[in-house]
Amino acid sequence: MKMRKALALGVVSALTLGTLGLTGCGAKDTGSSTSGGSGELTGALTVAGSDTMVNMAQAWAETFMTANPGVQISVKGGGSGTGIAALINGTIDIADASREMKPEELAQLSTATKTAVARDGIAVVVNAANSVEDISLGDLGKIYRGEITNWKDVGGADAPIVLVSRDSSSGTYEYFKEAVVGKDKEFAKSAKLLASTQAIVDEVKANPNAIGYIGVGYESSDIKVVKVDGVASSVATVLDGTYELSRDLYVYTAKAPEGLAKAYIDWIVSADGQAIVKDQGFVPLP
Amino acid sequence: MTENDHRQRRLGRIRVARATESAVRFGITASGWAAIAILTAIAVFLTYNAWQALASPQAGFLKMISGTEWYPLSNPPKFGFLPYVIATLRVTGVALAVAVPLGLAAAVFISEFANRRVKGIARSVVEFMAAVPSVVYGLLGVYVVGPFVKDIFRMPSALSALSAGLVLSLMALPTIIAISEDAMHAVPKDLRYGSLALGNTRWQTAYKVVVPAASSGVFASVMLGMGRAIGETMVVLMVAGNSMETTWSLATSARPLTSVIAGEMGEVVQGGLHYSALFVVGLTLFVITFLINLAADMVLERQRQRWRR
Repeated sequence: MKMRKALALGVVSALTLGTLGLTGCGAKDTGSSTSGGSGELTGALTVAGSDTMVNMAQAWAETFMTANPGVQISVKGGGSGTGIAALINGTIDIADASREMKPEELAQLSTATKTAVARDGIAVVVNAANSVEDISLGDLGKIYRGEITNWKDVGGADAPIVLVSRDSSSGTYEYFKEAVVGKDKEFAKSAKLLASTQAIVDEVKANPNAIGYIGVGYESSDIKVVKVDGVASSVATVLDGTYELSRDLYVYTAKAPEGLAKAYIDWIVSADGQAIVKDQGFVPLP
Repeated sequence: MTENDHRQRRLGRIRVARATESAVRFGITASGWAAIAILTAIAVFLTYNAWQALASPQAGFLKMISGTEWYPLSNPPKFGFLPYVIATLRVTGVALAVAVPLGLAAAVFISEFANRRVKGIARSVVEFMAAVPSVVYGLLGVYVVGPFVKDIFRMPSALSALSAGLVLSLMALPTIIAISEDAMHAVPKDLRYGSLALGNTRWQTAYKVVVPAASSGVFASVMLGMGRAIGETMVVLMVAGNSMETTWSLATSARPLTSVIAGEMGEVVQGGLHYSALFVVGLTLFVITFLINLAADMVLERQRQRWRR
């Protein structure tokens, strides 16, 4: 009887230790890209990065996977900074970025290759009940640096401005900082650093005194888009450059794309991929 | 069966029993030491990775803890996280200010005044509350608690230290209720009967006799609830607004230490100064939690000494 108990205890401990040991060795899959013989693509890709691009990246991945059933693509957000850091650390294949890599980042990964995949405008949004229609770029900078704090100074009601921003892992944040706040200046300390574009849309929708900035793909009828220097953001004004807050969206690979990554990126810049760009509300490449 | 056979069999059983005991004792001792080893390993891991920022001239602990500007990506980078320490204290303060009275009252009700059916239902509901994932509480905070607080208190935004603190109190509440109620349940019935016999009402018995008798368990529950509130990440990331102002105001947004780490850890490159600075923040959190638990243990130990007399 005692022997059977000892045996049972031994089997249970062996199973527990064995399970723990197995969970320890997980295979680190950084994505393999192969191209089987007759033009049939197979393999897996991991894509991560820009939150601005994440819905579009998901749409690209789904359409590409439907057209190429042997391919597996996983898409994540996290912000351009997160994607680029993961690319440098070697944990993903393709990084979506709504900004260019910085010199310090390029120093860590000198072979990083950039491919422009779409154009984007940064829309400045306010609550639907806000009476302001147009803000100059200079005033926008002052608002976001905390130098203008009341809506009445830009033609609105007498109410304090609630600043809403993305956080520092966002390419949109970096671009806005360079283009509006000033490269060597900082955002106001009272700026709320929210984790995603959707969080900005939610806050601006609910707060009559909020102002935020989002990619044009996230414009919705619940919030009001303000003109910058008299120009409204649209596909036309972003393409011809009259809208000042226009930028390119990129994908980065650790080295010049090859194999499945190359096929995927070539597809993205082709007519099929660019049709999805238009669907998502962004601006296709000229 | 001869006499000898019986003796052999008895000796055999004794040998197996002794062998089992040694094996089990070894296993238990190893598990105990493993727990200590893991905790030490975590502390070493945090300190090792934080060292670069602690020793660097641009950062350094004193500069970081007293600095009010956290601009890790600027040139030169600034790593002052004082506003974030104060933010953690603000949201935790709100959470405890709401959860402790509410939790104690609920525990007293469940333990002293509820009939058996209500007690069973209440206990299950409290356990369920404790099992709800924190991101669900975050959604609750963004879409329900935040707007409600904004309207009632006429605040500039729904994302504030007050909203986050209230949601955190919902998360600390089940911990406080469950453990306090256990502590009160463990108070011997004789104390209650004695008090009632001497003429106290049930409410007087509850607050004069039962709660003081259970005070060590109640205190432990508050410490655990505080630990939960300090360490909570998802809720504060979604609800607290994440601004850098150094203020004690509850209507302003807050960015607690957990939110800083969660928001920025993804974008740092391993081994850099920013990475190391985030580990300093993590180490600060670890030390704060450790000190709270140490203080709780010391108070409990003193309580235990008192009762032993």
